[in-house]
Amino acid sequence: MRYLTARLGHLLAVLFSVTLLTFMLVNVLPGDIAYDIAGLDASEEEVQAIREDLGLNRPVILRYIEWLGGVLTGDWGHSYRTGEPVLEAIMSRFPVSLELVIIAQIIALLLAVPLGVISALRNNSRFDRVVAITGFFCLSIPNFLMAIILIYIFGLWLHWLPVTGYEPISEGLWDNVRNFILPSLSFALAEWTVLTRVLRSDMIGVLQEDYISMARAKGMPVHRILWVHAMRPSSFSLITLLGLQVGALIGGSIIIESIFALPGVGRLLIGSIFARDFMIIQGCITLIALAYVVINFTVDICYALLDPRVRTARAHG
Amino acid sequence: MPCLTHESEQLEPMARVNTEDRVGQDTSLGQENQAAKAVARRRGRYGLFFWVPVAWLCFITFCAVFTDLLPLQPRDEGDFSAISVTPWEIKNHPLGTDLQGRDVLSRILFGARVSLTVGLVATAIGMFFGLMIGLMAGYYRGWVESAITLGLDTLLALPALVILLLASVVFGGSLTVVSVSLGFLLIPAFARVSRANTLNFAQREFVVAAKAMGARDVRIICLEILPNVVLPVAAYALVVVAFAIVVEGALSFLGLSVPSPMPSWGGMIAEGRESLGETPHISFIPATVMFLTVLSFNLVGDALRSKLADLRESSL
Repeated sequence: MRYLTARLGHLLAVLFSVTLLTFMLVNVLPGDIAYDIAGLDASEEEVQAIREDLGLNRPVILRYIEWLGGVLTGDWGHSYRTGEPVLEAIMSRFPVSLELVIIAQIIALLLAVPLGVISALRNNSRFDRVVAITGFFCLSIPNFLMAIILIYIFGLWLHWLPVTGYEPISEGLWDNVRNFILPSLSFALAEWTVLTRVLRSDMIGVLQEDYISMARAKGMPVHRILWVHAMRPSSFSLITLLGLQVGALIGGSIIIESIFALPGVGRLLIGSIFARDFMIIQGCITLIALAYVVINFTVDICYALLDPRVRTARAHG
Repeated sequence: MPCLTHESEQLEPMARVNTEDRVGQDTSLGQENQAAKAVARRRGRYGLFFWVPVAWLCFITFCAVFTDLLPLQPRDEGDFSAISVTPWEIKNHPLGTDLQGRDVLSRILFGARVSLTVGLVATAIGMFFGLMIGLMAGYYRGWVESAITLGLDTLLALPALVILLLASVVFGGSLTVVSVSLGFLLIPAFARVSRANTLNFAQREFVVAAKAMGARDVRIICLEILPNVVLPVAAYALVVVAFAIVVEGALSFLGLSVPSPMPSWGGMIAEGRESLGETPHISFIPATVMFLTVLSFNLVGDALRSKLADLRESSL
């Protein structure tokens, strides 16, 4: 428990410094939003009035404290452009990004777990080497490139799946999921290799433990040893990595969402970057950092649940 | 070679796992050792997966450096009599032309300049500062380490692409802005790797001996620890170059890297997207070049890294 509290403290400190850093960065950068809003032929007084209106002429620190207080009470500020509340704008797009990331991770896991386990079992065999080399190739294809290749093959050539667009889930499950297959694959076809590598190397270590030989000697079938006895201790690094990747994927969804025209947080973010709508940018980065922190904390809890050694070691101090 | 004996020792338990399914089979230990030694000998040398990428990287670097001297078509002037020509169709456009009739080959080679410059400069910046920070964190421990860890975690929690996009929207996309801001974002990764490597050496005998002889911290860090840490970090740097090229590609794909008429691989891929169905070569040729370059950096970096790890372990 004490370990978890310490982790939580560290993660909250990270969250705090991330928001502070972004706020400073976003507000110190040149390029005054007030001039943009006022237009080219506005007088200096009009610009001043807009600044006054948005509260831009007060010290950054004061504004940060105000903003932080707002975030804690559920008021994330308003868009400089449209006046739309930031939290609402983000929350209406968030489910799309979340669905994208989750489907991507499920596909990646479906590929990685069997391949990793078989590679570990037949370590250094031809199969193992083919998987490793294929992984290298997949990892060297950037996700926007993968997206274009997938669009070309499945969209333009085979006409199997829609290339762009989005249907809400109320239009039917398949219509909704269909649009997510290519975007998720663009992520998953690179992510699986990292997961496979980690699982393989952990499992090779576990398979050399005495209790595995013991189980073998008792005549237990191989599949039971693998899936029941070896899987749990081999899955720790995998889970850490899954957590870290979800954070990276939310950040990486900017480019995939704009290629496939998915109305997620990434699209909102890139639009606001071009429009210099700093309140929305600040909100999105806070959300991404928050997701990173929550996921990391969940991973820590999973550790404690999965690994009795962590649990008891901490309990006994 | 000490490396060989070490490898065969390491491989033996693996070989046991490998033959687990055939426990009943009669395999004598001597045979297994022979086989393991053969594998070790094969793995000890660099194979085709090392030399082919090295050759490709030399080739692309040569082209990028001497682009001005090569007999190429002008990179920015469209040839309106030959728009979207497929490769090998006309003699003076060997890799075809894009939607505006510009020569794909010369644009790719000029784009190589952008990608390689960003990749190398950003990595150099990240490596320099990352090494310094990592060495300090690994050597001093205590509150220095905690403060640095918090700083690194903060930077890692920031979505890198967002910060880069922001930087290029605000400062205008240029080679300098992209290289410097990307280099800054690469610092935490390098700092982590250097710190982990420093921890390996900070308590070793030769460091303790140097301390006992009264060497100053600066001397210990620079002369005793740094030479041991810099090699694994440099091998890691090759993989980071690949990553930096990918990120630059993503930025220029979104149109936020170098300004428009200047060619870059990501930008060319994005331009070709408009007519992906009719003229796929406009996207796929720069894509292939980019893929090969990234793959080569990854393969070479990985080969050097595992080689270094073997050498270091065998010297223990």
